[in-house]
Amino acid sequence: MSRGEKGFGIIVTFCIMFLFWLILSEFFDAFHLIMGGICSAIVTLISHGLLVKGKSQKMLPKFLRLLFYIPWQLWQIVLANVDVAYRVLHPKMPIDPRIIEFETSLRGDFALATLANSITLTPGTITIFVEPGKGKFWVHALAREPADAHLVDKTMQRKVAHVFMECNGPSMGKNR
Amino acid sequence: MISMFLVIGILNVVTILLCLYRAAVGPGVFNRVAAVNVIGTKTVVLLVIMGYIFERPLFVDIPLLYAMLNFIGTLVFAKYLERGELCSW
Amino acid sequence: MLLVNAIVTIFLATGMFFMFIGAIGLLRFPDFYTRLHATGKCDTLGEGLIIVGLIIYHLFHYPGTSLVTVKLLFLIIFIFIANPTAIHAIVKAAYRRGFKPWRCGEGRR
Repeated sequence: MSRGEKGFGIIVTFCIMFLFWLILSEFFDAFHLIMGGICSAIVTLISHGLLVKGKSQKMLPKFLRLLFYIPWQLWQIVLANVDVAYRVLHPKMPIDPRIIEFETSLRGDFALATLANSITLTPGTITIFVEPGKGKFWVHALAREPADAHLVDKTMQRKVAHVFMECNGPSMGKNR
Repeated sequence: MISMFLVIGILNVVTILLCLYRAAVGPGVFNRVAAVNVIGTKTVVLLVIMGYIFERPLFVDIPLLYAMLNFIGTLVFAKYLERGELCSW
Repeated sequence: MLLVNAIVTIFLATGMFFMFIGAIGLLRFPDFYTRLHATGKCDTLGEGLIIVGLIIYHLFHYPGTSLVTVKLLFLIIFIFIANPTAIHAIVKAAYRRGFKPWRCGEGRR
């Protein structure tokens, strides 16, 4: 990493740590602010390489698109939780679990982590394994309809690729 | 309103007792680790509600801390079960 | 004030219902992976709803201290990120150790 990127990482980490100090302690007089500054500086010096990994292009539009992606995600979570509640309370328990495997065209770390988290939060699917080199996902699905929503529709992959500005080419998947 | 919080707290304790069955029986170690993680999450909710029962809303620092501890404990356990060792020095 | 109490009660009751679904799913489902489906997610949503109800209660009954609302919001965000990650870590460890998933028609495990 060049020195400019390292400096950017240090400043962003210090700002985030100081913001947390201000939120968690409700005193805004000079003594506590200076203590907060010293503690945030010590923590930043020790671990500035962990949180921010240098600058990437076009961070602000990505962040704004992420903020717009979250309400759609919350609505999907509520819908699918009602579906799982129906499956739990039904006396015959209509589940048919299977493992599916598909490839996406996302390559960035943060994009893969967001998609894995979204897949695990939407009930009906759990991410088992992610291969970061080729963008492959192994997913355990509870029944046929949630599995089809990821293999056939690919709505979630298209939305995450739109948020992180990576093109979504053709991808294949197979049942196991 | 405090009586409503008491009812919710008691229901929470009943839910935790239901999860204890899976932690005790559960064939194998993975079922037990999952049950302990779930009990930790429900404890966080119980602590927040107890803060409002005793009319001290500033109590919310403690459940915040326990949520982080529960998360890190589960991650460490899962890493140990996957590899058989914690760090390869 | 009565309207606020009613809204808070609705949020708390719905959240508690989802937590019960999570615990019942932990007992009823036949296999390790399917149990984690029920618990990991219904639990997270139930907690989110309960804490949203408590945020609304706090805004109307304790009007002075509004920084606690920010702390509760941070608790919700943390739980929505951390719970699925912990579930994924456990499932990945079990898959690497050779736990086979359950198919339709087998016995309970």
